[in-house]
This record gives sequence, C-alpha cells and structure tokens, in this order.
Amino acid sequence: MSIVTTTPGLYPLPDWGKDSLSSLKGHQKGDLIGGDEGEEITTTYDEIREEFLTDQREAGLDRAVEGQARWDDMLAHPLAVHENVETRGIVRYYDNNNFYRDPVVTGELTANGDIARELQATSEHTDSLQAVLPGPYSLADLASNEHYREGDFLDAIADFLAGEIGSFPAHETLFLLEPSLVETPPGDGEDERASEAIDRVAAATDAEVVVHTYWGALEEKVHAHLLDADVDAVGYDFVSDVEDNLYNIQEYGTKDSIALGLLDGQNTLVESPDTIAERIDWIGERLPAEEFETTYVSTNTELFYLPENKYKEKLAALGEVAAREEVTA
Amino acid sequence: MSTREQFRRPDHDNETFIMTTVVGSYPKPKWLHRVRDLWEDEEANFDDEDWAEATDDAARVITDEHERAGLDVLVDGEVRRNEMVEFFAHRIDGYEFNGPVKVWGHNYFDKPSVVSEVTYDENWLVDEYEFAADLTDRPVKVPITGPYTLANWSFNEAYDTEEELAYDLADLVNEEIQKLVDAGARYIQIDEPALATTPDDHAIVGECLERIAEEVHEDVYLGLHVCYGDYSRIYPEILDYPVDEYDLELANGDYEQLEVFKEHDFTGNLALGVTDVHVAEVESVAEIKENIKKGLEVVPADRLTVSPDCGLKLLPRDVAYEKMANMVRAAREVEAEIDNGEIEVARTPASAD
Repeated sequence: MSIVTTTPGLYPLPDWGKDSLSSLKGHQKGDLIGGDEGEEITTTYDEIREEFLTDQREAGLDRAVEGQARWDDMLAHPLAVHENVETRGIVRYYDNNNFYRDPVVTGELTANGDIARELQATSEHTDSLQAVLPGPYSLADLASNEHYREGDFLDAIADFLAGEIGSFPAHETLFLLEPSLVETPPGDGEDERASEAIDRVAAATDAEVVVHTYWGALEEKVHAHLLDADVDAVGYDFVSDVEDNLYNIQEYGTKDSIALGLLDGQNTLVESPDTIAERIDWIGERLPAEEFETTYVSTNTELFYLPENKYKEKLAALGEVAAREEVTA
Repeated sequence: MSTREQFRRPDHDNETFIMTTVVGSYPKPKWLHRVRDLWEDEEANFDDEDWAEATDDAARVITDEHERAGLDVLVDGEVRRNEMVEFFAHRIDGYEFNGPVKVWGHNYFDKPSVVSEVTYDENWLVDEYEFAADLTDRPVKVPITGPYTLANWSFNEAYDTEEELAYDLADLVNEEIQKLVDAGARYIQIDEPALATTPDDHAIVGECLERIAEEVHEDVYLGLHVCYGDYSRIYPEILDYPVDEYDLELANGDYEQLEVFKEHDFTGNLALGVTDVHVAEVESVAEIKENIKKGLEVVPADRLTVSPDCGLKLLPRDVAYEKMANMVRAAREVEAEIDNGEIEVARTPASAD
C-alpha cells in the first residue's frame, strides 16, 4: 500500500492577495472573474499560484494542485468563465455561508481551455501535478440550464469537462469533486446516468481518477452505481460521517484505490500527525486496506473556508503524514 | 397592555397601528469610517476615548435620522458594530481570531474560532442601548445576534458538537438580554440568519430560544429575524418558537415566498420586509403600500410590523433614509385606509394568541 498526500484544491487567497485583488477587481457581482482579466490581475494570480506551489512543496505533499485562486465561484467556476454562460444572481454554495454567481447556460458548451492554461502554468513548477475539476453531476447541479433539453444537460456538462481535460498538460491524478452526489443525491435512473457521466469525463485522461465526495456519505444506491464508473478511487469524507462511509465500503466494496478525507477543511482546529495516523490505522483495521493500491490522504473539503494561517497548518499536518510514511516504509 | 400596544405613540393619529421599524444596521456617516482609520492607525494621535466620542456622535446622528423618518421603534443603526458575529466574539471569552475568510467574491469576514468554553466577559450592548434610549422618547429596539448564528458562523475547536456550543452561547445571550431588560429595553430582536443556511437545524434554534425566552419578562417583545433562505424549509416549524414576532425578508424575492406563509395559519406577529435593501432605487409610497397589503394577506393589521428586508447598511445613506421615510408614509396611509374602510381587513379573532 502506498500513501499519497494531497488536497482537493481551492485554496484561500493569501491575505495580501485578498487585499490587492479586492482593489484591482472590486466587490460586486460584475467584478468577478469572467475569463478576460487584464495583465495586472493575471500577474497577481500568477504570483499567488507560485505561492501555493511553494506552500505545498514546503509541506512536502505528494501531489501539487494549482490551488484555483481564480475560482471566484468555487466549483461553478468552469462555467462562470464560459462565453455561452451568463452569471446572474448570487446563490448559496451548498449549506455554507458562501455564495457564487448562478451560471446560466444559454448556448453550446464548447471546450474553451481556461483551466488548461492554469494547469499549464502550474506544470512548469511540478512533476506531480494533480488536476482538480468539479464532477459533472455537481457542476450540472450548481448550474442553471436554458439551452439544452433537460435530459441532455448532464451529458453536455460531461462532454464539456472531457473537452477541457483534452487540453490539460500531463498530470498524475485528476480529482473530480462531487459533493452534490451527497448533498442533492440523484434519484432512480439519475444515479446511473451520473455514474455514466463521470465515466465519460474519466475516459478523457490517462491519469488516476479520484471521484471525491464530501459533506456526509453517499446513499447506498448512489454509491453502488458510482462503483460502476471506470475510475481508480472514490473519496470518502471521514470527518463528517465515519459510520455510513464505513458501512458503504464494507457492504459494497470500493475501487482498487481509495481517498480518505481525514482532515477537516472547514475547521481551524488542526489535526495532529498522531491523530491523522490513528485515523488511518483505525480505518485500515476496519477495511481490507492492504489491498488498496494507493491510499490518498486529504482534507475532506476544499480549503478556501480557512484563514490563511490555518490552511498552511493543515498542509503541514498532511505533510507530516507523508514524512512518517517514508520513515516507516 | 398587550406587548405591541406599548410601542404605539401617544400622538398616533390612526386607530389602526401598523408598527414601523428597521432591522438594525444603517449606513455609517462617512466621517466615521475616516475616524475608524485614525483609531486603527497606531501612529495617529487618536485613542479609545476619541473613538468612543465619535461613535456616540454617530449614534446621535443616526437615531435622530430614524426619528425624523417617523419610525415608531428606532435603532441606533448599530454604528458601534463592525460585523454581526465579530462584534460579539470580541466580547466573549473563548474566541480567537485568525484572519479573514471568504464569504463570496472578494467579500470576507474575520470568522472567529471558539478555542475554549465560552464565558460572559464584558457588557455587549447595554451601554449602546442606554445611550440610544436617552436620546429619544421613542422605544429603541436592540438587535442581537442569536446563539445559533454565533455558533454556526464560527469555527468550533472546543465543543464536541455545534449544538452544545449554541446552547452555551444561548446562556450568554440570555445573560445579556436580562441586563438589557433591566436597563429598560422592551423590544429585543434576535438575528438568526444562519438558520437560512442550515434549515435542518431549526430544532436547535428552537431550543436556544427556549433557553432565552424562559426568563424574559412578559412585557418584553421578542422578535426573530431570518433572511435570505428558503422559508418553506423552516415554516411552519418556527411558529413553535417562543417569540412574539417573525421578521422576514420578502421584498427581495418579490413576495414569491408569501404563499409559504399562507399554507398554515400564521399565529405570530409578522414583521414584513417591504423595501429591498439590495436595490439602490427608493420604492415609491404607492409601491410600498402594495407590499404592506401583501402582509395583510397573512396577518391582520394589529399583528403586522413593517421594516426593510434586512439591515440598510450597504445602501447610500440618503437612499436608506428615503426608504424609511416612504415606508412610514405608506404605513400611515394604509392605516388610514383601513380606518376608513377603504381596505377590508380581518381583525385578530379573540381566540388567537
């Protein structure tokens, strides 16, 4: 078994970046990223991207993410910057005190290469790149559709994401974040289509694909269908729900690899390396861990919920796990 | 005297009384922002006493502005408060601050962390209330952030569950409310916007309110403000809460959610948002009258309070003032029309509570 430390991305801006981007861009809906930002803003994001990479390198994480500083609309970002999408009112981001602009799809979702450009800039600084995207089910759930027939929307989103991946630079791992599979679970038939949509996206890359879920556990049927998708690992949020996630894995099995959301991405309390190690062991005792090809260890959620100092401490805590594994391996 | 009648002014002309008030926050005078910069600048020769004097002045200005707009119940505009969780967290032992976190876009707040058991330290609002109450003959409402929101909008490092933290905070809020009541406050509004983010927790909010209401004197009028959420997920459950009034934001959504409150008999008093605080155009008196009539579809006039949807603080100050003034004019006109029989409305049946 190998342990790979990583994160689901979406880092908080460093405090200097919060200040400088607030002044450069403004505070209103229309001021947020539209994909056509000018040079000064672009340069600021370039600096922040490098800072994120330094943070991850200093922490000693096994995978490096871009950190998605530009994703003003969180997981809805890939649509928010698309020319055939209108961003409208501010809507709540799941059950959080966070909001994003409602992306309304009004035309065809052709691939536009926005995320590939971010990853290209990242890949110049790391050999262990991990791409992060919203999973198709979550992205469709976060968006509004005024263009496609209702039954076609999920597939259109999946094709759009697959098209984006087509222009990605080489990457080791792709994390597809699918909180909506837990938060607004698909019903009968829809669960199967969600799994097929994930399959289409996963087929667009040669990298290891992890479908990461959080804010609870998947419903049994949704989990069972998700396992039909040709992905390498499913991610489980062991911060918010230990029991039901264990049950799902014990009852239905999981993929050859697994991702464990073990650090709380939404709490400033930083887990000690001992606590994380104990959690890994505890879960391992209850699962046939020795059979996992790779165990990804991560925070359960994105990290933008945290203040800058605690985000760095979370990375450092994850890095400690990597360091210990090297000693014991 | 019913608890609402105590807020009717002696010179109120109409027999019908639709109470007019605001939710709380109000645009600060521009000079107060400059004064704050000075106060926070270590090199400036500007101390806490200077800051206190400036906020006293601001409270005078805003309380007077509310009075001139004709409100029945005033607030000091919360001029001393920076943010609805931060302000309280700074005054409660057990909290620490780590830095700003994102709310949306480039809007951040200093979300505090609870790192040990929360305990009551210094007064939160008593001084603010006493100062404002001395400025006017009219009743002054005190908005206070509710325990559930104080818990939910903080990082919880110290308690096993957020629920336990909320109950401990409820005891502190209760302590503060007792002091406010002793100081003469008769209208307390508990702000629980977090209920809109996590509607499944409505029972926890209910338990928090039980702890607070249990010891509050019967003359005290308790309001609950909840905004920007899907009300169908918390209604009619919230009617079981031990509060007198529910303050709801409905103008923003053009009263699309009004139907929710008609499906079950609205047994409390309704404080209806009749102007939108996220639109900088001032609604006309005629338009606001129509909004007030929407409220009359839910409760009779003697159980209707009108206020803006939420705090006015993000608006330009002249716009905020005109919204209040038009709202008061609209309420007085609707009252007169009810008195004259021009508007047909039901009276509260004697059996209702």
